[in-house]
Amino acid sequence: MSSDSFIELKNVSFAYGDRPILQDISLTIPRGKLVAIMGGSGSGKTTLLRLISGQVLAQKGQVLVDGQDVGRMSSRDLYQHRRRMGMLFQFGALFTDLSVFDNVAFPIREHTRLPESMIRDLVLMKLNAVGLRGTEALMPAELSGGMARRIALARAIALDPQIMLYDEPFTGLDPISLGTIALLIKKLNDALGTSAVMVTHDVHKSLEIVDHVYFVAGGKIAAEGTPDEVRHSSSPWVQQFVQGEADGPVHFAYPATQGLAEAFGIKGETA
Amino acid sequence: MKRSTIDLWVGLFVAIGIAAVTFLSLKVANLTPQSGSDTYTLTADFDNIGGLKVKAPVKSSGVVVGRVTKIELDTKRYVARATLTLDKQYQFSRDTSAEILTAGLLGEQYIGLVQGGDPDNLASGDSISLTSSALVLEQLIGKFMTSFAEKGSQDAPAKTE
Amino acid sequence: MNALLNPIRRLGALSINAIWRLGFISRFFVAILLNSGQSLLRFRLTIREVYFAGVLSLIIIIVSGLFVGMVLGLQGYNTLARFGSADALGALVALSLLRELGPVLAALLFASRSGSAMTAEIGLMKATEQLEAMSVMAVNPIARVVAPRFWAGVISMPILAALFNVMGILGGYLVGVEMIGLDAGTFWSQMQNNVDLHYDVVNGLIKSLFFGMAVTLVAVFEGYDATPTAAGVSSATTRTVVTSALVILALDFVLTAFMF
Ligand SMILES: Nc1ncnc2c1ncn2[C@@H]1O[C@H](COP(=O)(O)OP(=O)(O)O)[C@@H](O)[C@H]1O
Ligand SMILES: [Mg+2]
Repeated sequence: MSSDSFIELKNVSFAYGDRPILQDISLTIPRGKLVAIMGGSGSGKTTLLRLISGQVLAQKGQVLVDGQDVGRMSSRDLYQHRRRMGMLFQFGALFTDLSVFDNVAFPIREHTRLPESMIRDLVLMKLNAVGLRGTEALMPAELSGGMARRIALARAIALDPQIMLYDEPFTGLDPISLGTIALLIKKLNDALGTSAVMVTHDVHKSLEIVDHVYFVAGGKIAAEGTPDEVRHSSSPWVQQFVQGEADGPVHFAYPATQGLAEAFGIKGETA
Repeated sequence: MKRSTIDLWVGLFVAIGIAAVTFLSLKVANLTPQSGSDTYTLTADFDNIGGLKVKAPVKSSGVVVGRVTKIELDTKRYVARATLTLDKQYQFSRDTSAEILTAGLLGEQYIGLVQGGDPDNLASGDSISLTSSALVLEQLIGKFMTSFAEKGSQDAPAKTE
Repeated sequence: MNALLNPIRRLGALSINAIWRLGFISRFFVAILLNSGQSLLRFRLTIREVYFAGVLSLIIIIVSGLFVGMVLGLQGYNTLARFGSADALGALVALSLLRELGPVLAALLFASRSGSAMTAEIGLMKATEQLEAMSVMAVNPIARVVAPRFWAGVISMPILAALFNVMGILGGYLVGVEMIGLDAGTFWSQMQNNVDLHYDVVNGLIKSLFFGMAVTLVAVFEGYDATPTAAGVSSATTRTVVTSALVILALDFVLTAFMF
């Protein structure tokens, strides 16, 4: 697995304030591969992506991208790092005051001095890649959730990034849009040769397209493996996820400091 | 297409702004003689300037010919010295007199210049020697009251006795 | 004892919070200045925001200016006429507008029309992760989003204030000359005799420049600092209007003390 790792987290710990989110996490994303990170809501998956993009810095450990430690980068290096990276946000995060065309053109206009005719060709090419040519005059408010996600994807790949980060690309989509996006992510990864991290909790769809899976729970890596290994795993963590059971090793309830009975002011035996 | 309409509107907006400032400077404000090549200054000493302020107009026969640009106290003779900046086109003779007047009963105070008969004109930096001070209302009332009281005290004994 | 201490403690916490925010807003101001290169080099960005901040405020400024001038004309005439100096109406209207009412009222209107819109816009961009998306794309949101809005506000405010003044003077003219029947010549000449270009007109515009900076700084800061939720953005918008109003009035006092 450690053959030619492109992104590598070494013993990373992170806390928002004094609330620990990730503890001593190590994981590897090999060059050109698509890796999924799965886990329940609030388990720190988005935080993991933010560590890789340098939006938050690890308090312990190293986040290495192509051998460079993101936590040690100067703002200039960080800028360079982000230019070769594309990120698909959970809700698209399209610029609501710009048209679809201007959204996709945004990174090109900001980072290159290409003539307008060339920008036009590039944008149409990217829109074509996500199957949404013809929508360039629309405003983001006029798009459905699935379309917005695909436009955001076109924007994220506008500068042909070496790294792609996908934050829950499947959430809130109908099965057809979901299938389309999954196929697109797979196709883009194969065509562009990017190293990609996909955060998700949709197990079945992701297992079809990714090369490797990490499970995050309780701030730690609970399990990992290839899709085949995951499907046939005997680990209760993994089984709970794959089967989608409500209770098991992963608890549904937030760890409360007070018992329920106490909170309701009921004295006596606690539940 | 949409962008150029925005440009048009913003251009119009800036034009409106320039027009407004022009209107305010030309129609609303008076373009008084500014300190520059086309003005000259005179000084005038007064025993009391009353409520005269810097920027007060200097008028001759009711026409504004300049402004008061500085007021200071001469600590040698303890008189107020006003510096007047006048428009070059208005020249005054050496025996011109200056007095502090009030516009209306309660209006602002200004300096009135009365042309004299001397053939030579005042040059820049000269001092106007013939001046009369402001009528200070309190002093005026004070004088009036004392004279009234004196008159009263002369009459009063006749009445009581 | 606790009942006595708690309000004091809360007051202490409030003032510490206020000072903390003051420090933050100063740092934010410096960041805007340092990141202003783009909004000047790519002036298109700023022009676009001048449209939203300035052009779209034209109607409210024109209408309010006209009405304020008309009220000034009416009230001023009633008061001056008692002292037999109705002739000075032009001067009264112009001086009140140029020195105080024009800059202050235009800034208050600007804060509630454009300032609140800026806060809401930036706050919503933050809530929908647009600002974060931008910085992940290696684009600095302060340079790309905040600075152009700031400069647009600084440019728009004096223009709007000047327009407000002109409309107000026209309003005073309408009431004084057209309605009440004062002599037009007296109206204008009284004004011209008493209004000084530097002292009144220019100082008024300088005031509005400061107001423009203060209002826009508050507006973009509140947006940028907003809690990224619907409730957070709405309370940030309210804070923009309230804080701007207080800042305008306090600043007006300070500037007046310095200038006049
Ligand atoms: N900016 C933040 N400040 C404080 N806590 C945060 C912040 N962002 C996320 N969190 C908390 O960190 C935890 C992990 O968040 P996140 O990484 O977004 O989870 P996930 O993406 O797996 O749902 C959550 O419990 C969330 O409440
Ligand atoms: Mg998340």
